[in-house]
Parts: sequence; structure tokens; C-alpha cells
Amino acid sequence: MATTSTTRAASVSEALPTVVIQPPRGWLELDFAEMWAYRELLYFFVWRDIKVRYKQTVVGVGWAILQPFATMVVFALFFGVLAKLPPAGIPYPIFFYCALLPWTYFAGALSGATNTVVENQRLITKVYFPRILLPLASVISGLVDFVIAFVMLLAMAFYYGIVPTAAALLLPAFLLLAILTALAAGLWLSALNAIYRDVRYVMPFLVQFWMFASPVAYPSTLVPERFRWIYGLNPMAGVIEGFRWAITGQGQAPGVMIFVSAGVVIVMLIGGLVYFRRMEGTVADVV
Amino acid sequence: MSEIAIRVEGLRKRYQIGERERYTALRDVLGNAIKAPWRALKAAAGTGRSKDTPLQKHGDHIWAVDSVSLEIHHGEAVGLIGRNGAGKTTLLKILSRITKPTEGRAEIHGRVGSLLEVGTGFHQELTGRENIYLNGAILGMKKTEIDRKFDEIVAFAEVETFLDTPVKHYSSGMYVRLAFAVAAHLEPEILLVDEVLAVGDAAFQKKCLGKMNEVTRAGRTVVFVSHNMSAILNLCSRGLLIERGRITKDGTAAETARAYLESLQVGRSENLLEIRERWGRGRVKFSRVSIEDAQGRRLEHAMSAETVAIVLHYESQQTQTLQNCRVSVAVEDLYGQIFFVCSTEMVSNETRNLPPHGAVRCIIPRLPLSQGRYNLTLFIEVNREIEDWLPAATPLQVVDGDFFGSGRQYPDGWEGKGVLVPHKWEIEKGPGS
Repeated sequence: MATTSTTRAASVSEALPTVVIQPPRGWLELDFAEMWAYRELLYFFVWRDIKVRYKQTVVGVGWAILQPFATMVVFALFFGVLAKLPPAGIPYPIFFYCALLPWTYFAGALSGATNTVVENQRLITKVYFPRILLPLASVISGLVDFVIAFVMLLAMAFYYGIVPTAAALLLPAFLLLAILTALAAGLWLSALNAIYRDVRYVMPFLVQFWMFASPVAYPSTLVPERFRWIYGLNPMAGVIEGFRWAITGQGQAPGVMIFVSAGVVIVMLIGGLVYFRRMEGTVADVV
Repeated sequence: MSEIAIRVEGLRKRYQIGERERYTALRDVLGNAIKAPWRALKAAAGTGRSKDTPLQKHGDHIWAVDSVSLEIHHGEAVGLIGRNGAGKTTLLKILSRITKPTEGRAEIHGRVGSLLEVGTGFHQELTGRENIYLNGAILGMKKTEIDRKFDEIVAFAEVETFLDTPVKHYSSGMYVRLAFAVAAHLEPEILLVDEVLAVGDAAFQKKCLGKMNEVTRAGRTVVFVSHNMSAILNLCSRGLLIERGRITKDGTAAETARAYLESLQVGRSENLLEIRERWGRGRVKFSRVSIEDAQGRRLEHAMSAETVAIVLHYESQQTQTLQNCRVSVAVEDLYGQIFFVCSTEMVSNETRNLPPHGAVRCIIPRLPLSQGRYNLTLFIEVNREIEDWLPAATPLQVVDGDFFGSGRQYPDGWEGKGVLVPHKWEIEKGPGS
């Protein structure tokens, strides 16, 4: 300790980082440099989430697969076999699983991000860090579940003899869109949840409603062609159709829809950043 | 002593008080908007005025930090002294950027480590090893830094054998030791510490104080909040006294500690209505406190082990009954450390309605306080709104009584040692004796 402090004392005269503390001003003071400086803490938050979730490995991994898989079985049975949805040119299990894969990730990441500010209130009232790291970490840590469920998809594709085409190269782009959608909505909802504590009661309904508004249990071709761009206002519609198309290589690429979706996400994300940042200054007094 | 580490100019922070529900429900906001859109419109139309009236009308805000300006140089160890609720912690929270000020500005030159609580961010499910990394990162250490100090931290905490056990299985002593060990190895240029030494057993506290001493001697800047005057005198060269959000004394630690103790002793008027250091809406106010015995006779001193009635007289401008009241008296030492609280809410479930003027008697059978001087903090809430809150409103002088039924006097040096607890001793023979 003695040695480090002498070197520190010597370095005092050099340029010290200076922080200015002021009342909240304006409506946009995003500080990307600061977020970068705190990247290690982001890593530790993600690491914590994953560690805690997979403390019991078998349960963690099993749950990651079971959730989309069981839902797929139910959908395939009721919508596919019994309700006789128009055949999509691909086996029903693949059809549903391709949609449930990004959807399960999205729903989990969104719920996680929404609760994160409230769950970490002790931390928030006792120590400073850019609060945005919290929803960001939960959106990132959800990807582990996604990867595990994705392995299951590969197994299913192999079983049904589906060979990936060049379209599969676009999969990361659709995943990125899903991540950004979860982050954008998560920023809004976690900030709202910190201020209005009943938001979490609305969440299950919102997630369910959102799922039915997305082409999870049905193909988006059910929506007439000329209204499809309106449908794309729901960014998850673009993501899910993108996934189906990229994995199976069947059907048409979700052209206009995906651009509308991407546009919506960017607007939502910027709005979310601003709103979250506004909440950030006062959150320690509220939670 | 040349360069400035912290410069604060005209810092103010406003808090709302009297709101029991600290967060709002979206349901209410939407409900109000739907029920009374015209009201919302009206409010929007008359912007300028309606914006600040709600606050001024109720007067239910306080300036927790009020026009604070100060400079702290590199290498200084500064103690912040003041009563509970004087604004010390709020000032520390602003400096550590947890909350933003309402007005003013502060400049901090150097890396800041803040320690408002020991074990912030510890996760019950994670092991000791994992928590060292997590907690270290949360306190602002880099991973390489934690790697480097890991062994030192573990040795300091004395938890070597339990490193890979989840901390939920730790004893509270181990938990605190580990938490403090991580914090103690923070090496920022500026360290902000809030009353964290009051944890763990005596031996560990001593160790912590030693560590803090080391930190201040190493020439780092420390701002330290504590009720423990001896810790302040030990660690700090300079002391700041904070009263009602303002700095009222800036001098050596010894000078400031003396000023603080004097401020606590200042003879107050018996008429509580004259006290200005009070919070709440003020439609009901405490006017006088009297100490009585079981028969209702006025007493100058209360006596240990005797029945004592603390009679709180209050006044209000209301004419009708005060609905749903909650009254409490906290008994604390001269430093503001609370020994116990008597509250109407705790002893009964029924709602209490009070006449608009009158008195409430809090009867304590067998007063469990040792001889000495205490302060009473008074509190009254009507219909979930704080009406009057008087910190350390009036002294309570207690003289020795025969609490233990042994006829023994309490040794003089033990004055003000606090709460007496009935107990007995048993002796067991060891094997072979």
C-alpha cells in the first residue's frame, strides 16, 4: 500500500480526472465516453446475471431449451395440426421454433431489463455508475439462453434436413435488431417502472399482447400485402419474419417490413436513451 | 496542501417530505388524467404559477443541503459532523454523484471512491471469491487491480477457508469483514466515507480504524461522516459542522467536535413552539413536554426503573377531531443515536383520533435507562402526513434508580450508557473443578 500511494501522490500534479457536478440540465446529456470508461462494470453485471442464473447448470440450461421447445410443441399441435394453419412450406415445428427463438429471448430480456432498476435500488442509492449499464447488462446476459436454444434449433434443422442458404448470413443482423428492440423498450419500461411502481403489473399483459401482435403463432402473410408495412411498425414482426427466412431460406425476404422495423427501433432507442437519462438524475431519490 | 481536490459552490438540494408514498402509481396518474382532463388543461394553461405553488402551499419540502460552499485540498482528512438529518449524508451523496443537486455546482479533481455502505452489491448466491470481484468492480476497481490485491483482501477479511462458499452461508461477522476488506483496498485519490465503521465486533472495528488511519496518513483525501467523535478526532485534521443543511463551523476537528457538543447542550426554551428546527406541515405542533410520575405529578428528573409518563402537549388551529394520528417519541443519546422509539402505531392496531388540542401521555413502566442525559425526538402524523417532527426537541434527565433490585448504585463513570436490560448470571462448573 505504501508504495502505491507514493506513486499516486507523485501523480497528483499530473492531469487528474475532473468531474463537475451540477443540477440536471437540458434533456440530452448522453455521455458515451463515460459508458466506455465503465465497460468493465458492465462486464461484471453481465457476469453476475449469468453466474446467478446458471448456478445450477442443469436447471439453467434445461429451462433455456424447455421454454421455447414446449411452446413450440403446443403451437405445432394446436395451431398446426388441429387448427390447420395454411402450410408454410416448412415443417410446423421449425416454423414455430424459428419464431419462438427470438421471441423468447426478447420477452425474457425485456422483462429482465424492466425490473433491473428497481431490483438494484440498493445499489443505486449507495454507489454511482451510469445506470444504463443495468438494462444493458440484462439484455446482454439474456443472449446466453438464446445461444443454448439456438443449439436446439441446429439439432432440429439437422433432423428435418434443412440446409442453410446464403440467407443465414443475415441472421446476426436480425438478432441485432432483436437486441436493440429489447434494449429500446427496456429503457422506456425500466425508467417508467422506477417512477411508477405498478408498471410491473402491466408487464405480463404487455408481453402477451405483444406476442399476439407478432407473427409467432401465424405467418405474417396472413396480413394483406399492402398493410404489411404497418405491421412492420412492430419491430418484432420484422425480426421474426427475418429469422424464419434466414434460417429456412424459404419464402420471401421481409423487405419493406424490416426497414420499417429498423426505423422504428432507432426512434424508440433514441427516445428511450433520453427518457432513461432524465430519470437517472433523480432515481436515487425515488426508489 | 496546495491543490484543490473538491470545490463546492452554493450547493443546494431540495427534498419533498411528508409523502408517505414515495413513488407514484401510473394508475393514479392515468386515473387523474382521465377523471379530470380539464384540471390538467387548466394547470397547463396557468403554467408559471401552478408550477411552484404545490410546494410552497404545503411547505413540505426541506433543503437537505442549503448553500454549502467549501474547498478541500488534496491530502486533507475532513470530518463531517452533525445530527441525524442535518444533511451530512446528502452532501456525501451529491459529491459521490448518486444524486444530483438542485442548485449550485461542485468540482472534483481526482478519482473518487465512495463508501456509503459496506457490502454494496454483494450477492447472496455468489461465493466469497466472486463477490470480491463484483463488489470491487462496483466500487470502481479495475479487474487487474482486484487481481493484484486479491490475496491481501482475503487475508484482511480472514475468510480463506470459505472463499468458495456462497456468502449466504457466512456468519454476519464474516460477511461484514469481507465487505469491509474489499472497501478498505480501494485506492482512489479521494475517499468519501459514511458511518461505515459502526459494524462488526470491537476487534474488527479497531482494525478498520487502523486501516482508515493508514489511508489518511498515506496522504489521500478523505471526507468522513461519523457520529463517533473519537473516530473523527483520531482520523481527521479538519472538521465541518453541519446544521440544517448549512455549514456552521469550519475548523480543526477538535474545535468542531466541541462546537457540536455545545450546540446539543444549548439550553432550549421549554416552549417547543419557539423551536425553529422542525419539519412537517405544521398544522399541528408540539407545544410542551412534561415528565410525570405514575400519579401524574410533575417531575424534574425521571428515575430508572420507575414508571414515567412523557406527556406531549400539542396545539392546532383545527376545530375538528384529528383523524388517524400517529405519534412517536424517540429516545436518543446526545449524538443523535436512537436507543428506542415509542410509537402509537406499534402498540395497537386501532386508528387513533385526537382532539384538536390536548396532550398524549406515553407511559413507560420501569424506565430502562441508565442515569444520564438523553434527548427526545417528537413526531406526529395526521392522516399519513407529517405535521410536526422535532429532532432532539427536549432533554430527558434520568437519575439512578434501583433497576436491578439489588440496591446497587450505577457507577458514576457509566453515565449515559444507555438501555438497561433485566438479566441474571449463572455459573457453571468446568470439568475437573
